[in-house]
Amino acid sequence: MKIDQKDIEYIAYLSRIELSVNEKETFIHQLSDILSYIETLNRLNTETVKPLSCAINTTNVFREDMLEPSTPLKDTLLNAPATQSVFFKVPKVIE
Amino acid sequence: MEYEVVIGLETHAELATVTKLFCGCSTRFGSEPNTQVCPVCLGMPGVLPVMNKKAFEYALKSAIALNCKIGDFTNFDRKSYYYPDLPKNYQISQNYHNLGNDGYMDISVQGRVSRIRIHNVHLEEEAGKLIHPEEAGADYSLVDFNRAGIPLLEIVSYPDMRNMAEVESYMQTLRKILLYTDVSDCKMQEGSLRFEASISLRKKGADTLGNRVEIKNLNSMKSVLKAIDYEAKRQANSLDRGETIDRETRLWDEVNEKSARMRSKEEAQDYRYFPEPDLLPVVISGKWIDEVKMTMPELPLARKQRFMEVFKLSDYDTGQLVEEKILADFFEDCIRIIDRPKAFCNWITNDLLREVNERKLDIHHLPVRPKQMAALVEIIEKGTISSTIAKEVFSEMIQTGNDPQAIIEEKKLAQISDEGLIEAVIVKVISGNPAVIEDYKKGKKNALTFLVGLVMKETKGKANPKMVNELLQKKIDV
Amino acid sequence: MRLFENTAFQIKEKILSREICPLELTEHFIERIKNIDPHVQSFLSLHEAEALKKAAQIKKKIENAEDVGFLAGIPIAIKDNICTKGLHTTCASKILKNFVPPYDAFVVKRLNEGDAIVLGKTNLDEFAMGSSTENSAYNITRNPWNLDYVPGGSSGGSAAAVAAGMSVMALGSDTGGSVRQPAALCGVVGVKPTYGRVSRFGLIAFGSSLDQIGTFTRDVKDAALLLQTIAGHDSHDSTSIPISVPDYLNEIDAGVCGLRIGIPKEYFAAGLNEDVQNALKSALSIYEQFGAKVIDISLPHTEYAVAVYYIVANAEASSNLARYDGVRYGYRTSKSNGIVDMYCRTRSEGFGNEVKRRIMLGNYALSSGYYDAYYLKASKVRNLIKKDFDLAFQNVDCIVCPTSPVPGFKIGERAKNPLEMYLSDIYTIPANLAGIPGISLPCGFSKEGLPIGMQILGKHFEEKKLLQIAYAFERETDFHGKKPVLKFSSAQRG
Repeated sequence: MKIDQKDIEYIAYLSRIELSVNEKETFIHQLSDILSYIETLNRLNTETVKPLSCAINTTNVFREDMLEPSTPLKDTLLNAPATQSVFFKVPKVIE
Repeated sequence: MEYEVVIGLETHAELATVTKLFCGCSTRFGSEPNTQVCPVCLGMPGVLPVMNKKAFEYALKSAIALNCKIGDFTNFDRKSYYYPDLPKNYQISQNYHNLGNDGYMDISVQGRVSRIRIHNVHLEEEAGKLIHPEEAGADYSLVDFNRAGIPLLEIVSYPDMRNMAEVESYMQTLRKILLYTDVSDCKMQEGSLRFEASISLRKKGADTLGNRVEIKNLNSMKSVLKAIDYEAKRQANSLDRGETIDRETRLWDEVNEKSARMRSKEEAQDYRYFPEPDLLPVVISGKWIDEVKMTMPELPLARKQRFMEVFKLSDYDTGQLVEEKILADFFEDCIRIIDRPKAFCNWITNDLLREVNERKLDIHHLPVRPKQMAALVEIIEKGTISSTIAKEVFSEMIQTGNDPQAIIEEKKLAQISDEGLIEAVIVKVISGNPAVIEDYKKGKKNALTFLVGLVMKETKGKANPKMVNELLQKKIDV
Repeated sequence: MRLFENTAFQIKEKILSREICPLELTEHFIERIKNIDPHVQSFLSLHEAEALKKAAQIKKKIENAEDVGFLAGIPIAIKDNICTKGLHTTCASKILKNFVPPYDAFVVKRLNEGDAIVLGKTNLDEFAMGSSTENSAYNITRNPWNLDYVPGGSSGGSAAAVAAGMSVMALGSDTGGSVRQPAALCGVVGVKPTYGRVSRFGLIAFGSSLDQIGTFTRDVKDAALLLQTIAGHDSHDSTSIPISVPDYLNEIDAGVCGLRIGIPKEYFAAGLNEDVQNALKSALSIYEQFGAKVIDISLPHTEYAVAVYYIVANAEASSNLARYDGVRYGYRTSKSNGIVDMYCRTRSEGFGNEVKRRIMLGNYALSSGYYDAYYLKASKVRNLIKKDFDLAFQNVDCIVCPTSPVPGFKIGERAKNPLEMYLSDIYTIPANLAGIPGISLPCGFSKEGLPIGMQILGKHFEEKKLLQIAYAFERETDFHGKKPVLKFSSAQRG
């Protein structure tokens, strides 16, 4: 699979990563190589194979609906790059 | 040209658990911002979700109440999109193995029942809240994550609705079901019940569906109806002009009662769903489903039909009774004490609801208990008080929570049925109103009613009206 | 024997018999780190004050003859992708440069309860993405056996710290071999437990369905000791399995007589370094000598493991790393124009190239129109790989194979070609895909004098058996006892 300019820009946008012209070139090349390698998987017929997303056979793990203490406000905001009073502050969001 | 409007609804309901879906933080509404958060619901590095059992059970109960097919197992998926109110920038939701599929809900429009199919019911986590400062030129937004992680049930209907009455009935019926099953408090003003509509138009008689437009930001049932009406007209106008309708998402503007494009189909979000590796599948056994069914309350439509059949009440009255589960429960509790369906129905749908509205009472914490309501009806039947006095007693019951008997005694409201006492008052009234007596004797029958009124007034309404009538007649005719 | 060369067992004994004082021991290790680490660059942060405080507490406990924990006074280093409450946890990334978690990882809690002395946090490939520890935003860690070589990765800092005698034990994480491969390259013992054996709570996620915290120790008994401390159920990790933890030290000397050892032909194919192959052959003959039966087996889908891994791990990573957006914690760009621009600049400035490459690869594999061809396909082949193991374990008790196809490589040698770097994980990745446990232990040296690792793989939750098999080899050999001679230009003390 060859990745083109449009693909790399779309993936970069999905990833919220900004790329320079040079970076785009490099990544187009590298990702194309990797994807070509990954396409070796197509040699296998997997029509009747079930996908496996977890290697262990366990199900139905729950917790009870019991209150646990929340984090104190000052600790919650401690790591935040920007805050205003009790809030996290971000650049203006337009819907 | 005549068009048929095709409407589907997506409903989000916050589940009434004490804690969030994946952590032990409180779901309480209205707390100080960012005080009901922890590393898990804040999406901090390295922390992991663990499913709230109650939330899952509520979702399962809802799916069963909506007649969905429940698979052998269900799984959770990550739905990825960037938004500052979404802590992990993915939402744990369901996509590939929803909890419930292919269900239906019967709705009733003016007594006619129709079936709206449910595409799927699934469980997901709520996002936080963005606050946009009102100050002019503010170049920032603020985020409160208290709501992030509250369990959210999503119910997706098929586009089976064709008019406003059906949409309204769908919303009301669904709300009732969620309330009846105790899974959500459905407070629209707090955002715990929300709707999104999808609308398409087609020529009357056509089989294929037109391009559908989704409308978001609908804050009340009224705005759902207004937005659909607006959208149907907008699409009809476009089609009449020979234009095509684009698949798009529009935002409803509550203030200006208009919608505007939010994103086109081309800009559609690429959610990149994949199985959530931090949660394991949930296997739902037949036994579990049976257990949930055992605890399933009678749902509103069935209850309404039973009330009509068993208690011989009208369509309108039963509709009012089942509107709120708590009222229907109250009604049945009263019936269990004494079997007077019509009387209780009248008290509940007229007086009780009026008091609730006027005094803005919380219907879940009524000051009157069924035992007291039944006692009042019995007292009226015995003739201890008149129905007029009864209303006064009831009002007092609402205000104080006291038993009717106690109120009657304290306020000395018991009906006067002592012949001697009534006669004494009658004599007084007759002697004081010779002109009226003359009128009566001349054949003016109204005059008697007037005199009865005077006697009642004199006894502060407590005299037995039947006795007053009889005795007065006797006295004048003498 | 010099103190820093002691095993945890030896130190534990000396502490409990009051032969050495925990406070002096801690000071000794801190001094050694200060002397040696400028050359090796294992540590990203040193918790000197906290370590000394804890050591003083333990000293007091021992003096008062109070009960002490399982790891009382034993110095340990922790990979910097495992959260430590109140102490920086960076994932070797600029994006978490100033991040201080308000919580401890489950394993850190266990270490604290066990009275271990946490010396500091060790270097890694940024977000554990790499096989050489060259992808750190901060340092390049060097292999103590030869400073021109990589220590392996991504837990290279932890492996090098133990190998160089800067810590007695260390924790790492293993998503595709990140414990076993650096253990092999640094000549120490590395254990990757069964998926679900050790809680992932507080381990900063890379590939959630593959990640597992593992151990670095000088020998197998120390590995048993440390695994005993961190294994077990945690109600805060849904994938942590609630089954009891056996006593790993009990019967560790059970031997291998009658044991069936599977040798997968796919792991001894082209591309395997000759020295590694010879070391493994000798090791197998030792096992046979002690009564084990060596059986040729096949794991036919091995060649697809790397491809599956780079889709699954990176798809998961692309979403796991979406949270680093400059809103709630971590780095935020200094200037931006609107929210989307803030996201893009923050992430472009905060992540290194390897991380960006993997996030983009993962997002591509999940994106509309490609999900079936990449993610779903890979998940199906993953199942085939797991079934290979299920089938193999019907006939054998364990599988023995090399940990890494080569004894090591030089710094910079593979940095330019990501695919070549990815392929060096071919022998370790399948265990993560299948969720099975694995251990790497020293089994020889290359011509250049670099250590060679042997990998033993077992069935789910059979760590105890793996430790017994590893111990049977270790008992008869002295590869684990060899120590690197650190060659620095400046004078070396310690």
